[in-house]
Amino acid sequence: MAKELLLEIDNLKTYFYTWAGIVKAVDGVSIKINEGETLGLVGESGSGKSVTALSILGIVPKPGKTIGGRILYKGENLLEKKEADMEKIRGKEIAYIFQDPATSLNPVFNIASQLVEVIRRHQKLTKQEALEKAIELLKLVEISDPESKIWNYPHQLSGGMKQRMAVARALSCQPNLLLADEPTTALDVTIQAQILDLLKNLKQKLGMAMILITHDMGVVAGVADRITVLYAGRVCESASTRTIFYRPLHPYTKALLEAVPNLALKREKLKVIPGAIPNLIEPPSGCRFHPRCEYAKEGVCTVTVPALVELEPEHYVACVRAREIDAESTKAETK
Amino acid sequence: MSTAPVLEVKNLVKHFPITSRGVLMNKQVGVVHAVDGVSFNVKKGETYGLVGESGCGKTSTARAILYLDPPTSGEIYFDGTEVGKVFKSKDREAILHLRRKMQYVYQNPYASLDPRMTVADIIMEPLIIHAHVPKEKWQDRLYELLRLVGLEDYHAERYPHEFSGGQRQRICIARALAVAPEFIIADEPVASLDVSVRAQILNLLKDLQQEFQMTYLYISHDLSTVRHICHRVAVMYLGKFVEVADTEDLFKEPLHPYTQALMSAIPIPDPDAQTRRIMLEGEVPSATNPPEGCRFRPRCIYAKDHKCVHSVFELTDVGHGHLVACSETR
Repeated sequence: MAKELLLEIDNLKTYFYTWAGIVKAVDGVSIKINEGETLGLVGESGSGKSVTALSILGIVPKPGKTIGGRILYKGENLLEKKEADMEKIRGKEIAYIFQDPATSLNPVFNIASQLVEVIRRHQKLTKQEALEKAIELLKLVEISDPESKIWNYPHQLSGGMKQRMAVARALSCQPNLLLADEPTTALDVTIQAQILDLLKNLKQKLGMAMILITHDMGVVAGVADRITVLYAGRVCESASTRTIFYRPLHPYTKALLEAVPNLALKREKLKVIPGAIPNLIEPPSGCRFHPRCEYAKEGVCTVTVPALVELEPEHYVACVRAREIDAESTKAETK
Repeated sequence: MSTAPVLEVKNLVKHFPITSRGVLMNKQVGVVHAVDGVSFNVKKGETYGLVGESGCGKTSTARAILYLDPPTSGEIYFDGTEVGKVFKSKDREAILHLRRKMQYVYQNPYASLDPRMTVADIIMEPLIIHAHVPKEKWQDRLYELLRLVGLEDYHAERYPHEFSGGQRQRICIARALAVAPEFIIADEPVASLDVSVRAQILNLLKDLQQEFQMTYLYISHDLSTVRHICHRVAVMYLGKFVEVADTEDLFKEPLHPYTQALMSAIPIPDPDAQTRRIMLEGEVPSATNPPEGCRFRPRCIYAKDHKCVHSVFELTDVGHGHLVACSETR
């Protein structure tokens, strides 16, 4: 897609200063997203997906702090902006949908006042106009009978409905970029399908860009244009969705795809990634995946920190041995 | 796999009363129909899957089978003995004897391990309660169990917070195995684990089954793990079974509209395999006031008013032990 660059994150570092030590939650993440594009940010818990998204808006909770890198939004570095300027961006330019709609909506206000608050904060409208706009938004997110539903409190709504309300709130000021942080994890599969479809349709209708954060490879397969895979606070691989699924080059991406039970394929035994996600206070030296990697080489992977290299056009991989491994596997296949 | 059923559940019903607080006494104002007449049997050495969305009664069924929440009505037979009778007899020996055969692995290993107990305490607690093994052997049994689930001897002295999610679930499995059960209910054992760790636990469950001819009741909302581990699957909706079949048959040819929709809703990790979805309208109705007739009717795309409203469909065999509760497939 030859569209204009909307957001560029360059070598972002967000650390958490805890009593146990410094947790390097995001340690040198670089991401690019074009206008109107959907980027899937994939990783397991603790890989730094959410912290990356929170860093974009400058709302990393204490004791976290963004200590390095640049976040260029339309050419301006968000990290250098003043708090007052950031408030104009949050919700208006960049909106956020949180994982759990049960906790992201305020239980003591009805939906109407929560939507009107956001709308009136960024647009000069009277209460009545804002309310009309809010009802329109609820129609947009396909809520039936919006005129009465808008007066409900969050506890009167089901999980899927609450997430629709959260989507409506995020869209209220026509943002250019939507950060959707595991928007379907807390929902049932049939509701998940509804919300994903809704996001896909809305994205097309409104022409906004979206960063979809998820740990589910199935979710990104259907929605994202490009995928960035994170592991332990660093980018492993970044490429188009098809490339990630059909020609993954990083051992972690490969292992992740093989370890997920797939409805379409039945295997006797699942391939296992040994061990668990590393502790980010003292992350493994060199490549952070090396203790769990079947291709890891002593003296190479344990020492060198792999840089994110463009191995193929638009296919970035952070693995020192990626080329070697690829050559080996093609050789094995031809044999 | 032999064909004799280990567990037989007949017309199990579990209702939870809803009460409102009155001045002198609480008044019952309604009933949650969590499980409404479920019958099935599980063969020895089999993994029986129970699938459905949240609130459909999967966990209530499991808890009723183990008498953690006594069922409202219905009979449960384990190895020929009626579970309800044993528990009502208040005979501690008999109850413990039955409990040794049936164990439970909970969904969330972060909540089901006591943070103040060491792993050794946790795994040896069942041995202390049941006292069916001589005391000298407890230590050996502990290390045997740790090795069995893929943990090391030195882990015994540690506390749960020192372990990752996957390791904690291994501890839970070791605790369940401590009394050498024949039957384990695994209630969403991998739902709260990271994707890269799920495969480890699923494979462990499979290995244990081969080694001890273990029988499982595997509860999940995730059809893809069910396909991987189960021999037979029952699909549940609002307290009733809508379809029961061998795993292969079910995935090859789902017959109930709900099963079809459930399957098509699962995102497949393959960009080219995005099949046409059967989008379900709305959400699961409340179990306090379930719809008349077929409970899936309000969301069903094939629903016919006259037929589906007025009759309740029971599971009927359509061949090869494939049971469906729907009028349209007949």
